[in-house]
Amino acid sequence: MSVAHCGDFRQTYKDDMLVLRTRFIRIAVGAFILLLYVSPLITSNYVTSTMTTIAIAVIGALGINVVTGCTGQISLGQGAFMGVGAFACSYFMRVVHMPFWLAMPMAGLTSAAVGMIFGLPSARLKGLYLAIATLAAQFILQYVFMHLDVVTGGSNGIPSPPPEFGTFAFDGDRSKYYLTITLAIAAVVFTTNLLRSRSGRAFIAVRDHHLSAEIMGVNLFKYRLLSFAVSAFYAGIAGSLWGMYTGYISAEHFTITESINYLAMIIIGGLGSVLGSIFGAIFMTLLPQVLTVGTGALADIFPKIGFLIMSFKDGVFGIIVILFLIFEPDGLAHRWRMIKTYWKLYPFSY
Amino acid sequence: MEFYLQLVISGLVLGSIYALVALGFAIIFKSTSVVNFAQGELMMFGAYFCFSMVVQYKVPWIWAFLITILFSIVLALVVERLILRPMIGEPVISIIMVTIGLSSVLRSIVTAIWGTQIQVYDPPLFPEATVNLIGIPTSQVYLWSFGLSAVLLALFAVFFKYSKAGVAMRATAFSNQVALSMGIPVKNIFALAWCIASVVSAIGGILIGSINGINVQLGHFGLKVFPAVILGGLDSIPGAAIGGLIVGVLENLSDGVLKTTLGLSGIKEVAPYVFLVIILMIKPYGLFGKKEIERI
Repeated sequence: MSVAHCGDFRQTYKDDMLVLRTRFIRIAVGAFILLLYVSPLITSNYVTSTMTTIAIAVIGALGINVVTGCTGQISLGQGAFMGVGAFACSYFMRVVHMPFWLAMPMAGLTSAAVGMIFGLPSARLKGLYLAIATLAAQFILQYVFMHLDVVTGGSNGIPSPPPEFGTFAFDGDRSKYYLTITLAIAAVVFTTNLLRSRSGRAFIAVRDHHLSAEIMGVNLFKYRLLSFAVSAFYAGIAGSLWGMYTGYISAEHFTITESINYLAMIIIGGLGSVLGSIFGAIFMTLLPQVLTVGTGALADIFPKIGFLIMSFKDGVFGIIVILFLIFEPDGLAHRWRMIKTYWKLYPFSY
Repeated sequence: MEFYLQLVISGLVLGSIYALVALGFAIIFKSTSVVNFAQGELMMFGAYFCFSMVVQYKVPWIWAFLITILFSIVLALVVERLILRPMIGEPVISIIMVTIGLSSVLRSIVTAIWGTQIQVYDPPLFPEATVNLIGIPTSQVYLWSFGLSAVLLALFAVFFKYSKAGVAMRATAFSNQVALSMGIPVKNIFALAWCIASVVSAIGGILIGSINGINVQLGHFGLKVFPAVILGGLDSIPGAAIGGLIVGVLENLSDGVLKTTLGLSGIKEVAPYVFLVIILMIKPYGLFGKKEIERI
């Protein structure tokens, strides 16, 4: 049978460890992944390109969800860590002449190292103070991007060469999409597994009550630092993919706004949930596009107040975030669960 | 030598304005435990509103000033009632995010009404002639700003120490529940905290606006206040004042010194954050902050 039972009837360890519990879910997920791989063949380049940005955002959002959602350390520096990854990847490829498949993990590690430096205050701090420390990281890194001309090209930015495997270059929309979506799926799988490993459980223990966690033998400093490193590593990977996607990196992209976007993603999606990161990434990537189209159309209808409408784009973003926090504090992942529960017993609600 | 003295003086002025905005920040944090990322936007809104009064409607300065204060009180009440009150009891991260959302809403309203160009108060708030301060020509704006900030800080110090409302605010800061059971209207106290914060920020905005002119970048000033409040201790009001002054001076000095010795430009933007990280590593609860003691 491919139905979920009402109770908990797991009898073997293997049963207990399953991520996708029923055959129906397995088929559905398989079909979804297949759809992801088939879609560029059917849809336009624009859709493929948008889906690439979503996949990049998913990786970044998973990263910040590990540190903020799971470990409870608010990070306002994800954008800057992405920048570190992007510039490092470009540097390794252009100057050190590494191939992309080596440069990208190296960029991730560089980013993780930087993340750990700014995670160091977490030895003595938590919550709010740490949030402000990561804010400082954001601004300091932004300054470095603008002034370390050798690596980052200063305010002009720097090109990011397309990745090559042997003679095959990833320079088309489709090939970039396939590379990104594969890595995004890998990131989703890795995060799901990370969260049910010892480290993941330790992260959640630190978030829920750090003193109890410490008494139970979780080394607070180690796991906080580890969560920063993991998060920055994801950011580094997402950053190098972003560099690949645009072909040109400039410091202007990795500002505090980007960091706030990522924080908004996981809050809207759902803190501490892998599914939430995906929902949030989709929502926050599509929202500006919808707003641009919407405000553009409105500005066409009312040309006199066009400027007014355009400047409200940011405001609408803010309003949506506020409304979400007031009316849907648990995020889209929670809403998704509610919908599933509703349909599970439909039409007999008891 | 004169160069450095000048740096110190302008640093003190900048610091006194930091102190004002930091005061607003600390008041909100202390009594409502909300970290307000929209402090800079409150400041910007006040500055622009006053600009509208003075330049566009030709209201005399003193009236413009009073109307701006009234306006920022109304703004604070609306923000507190509509946005922050539903968030009471939510986790820190949600509250941080809601103030970030608020800041982008305020910023877009400002851009929609006043555009993005830099605006200057005309006629200026203070006379333009410079005066001699221990042999260094200093513009009067600096002296007035410093004086006004100092007076306001002293005023609020007295307010918190002696007035009934001030004592009630300190009680609320200590514990919401205990204050509530002692008959203190905690919701009103929250609203009052926002009002005070909004008013001092608006005044800070007007002062910085009459020194540098106002534009949308003013919103970032609110973020640069974090080093000041952290140095002083997040929940300490005298700490905010001293922290603001120290950060202002340090920022200006390091900018001047590094520019002349190493040729690095733009250190001003980043120096406060470097201090911030150093402070957090050495003395995480600041100079006057209350060290958190936790029990299970």
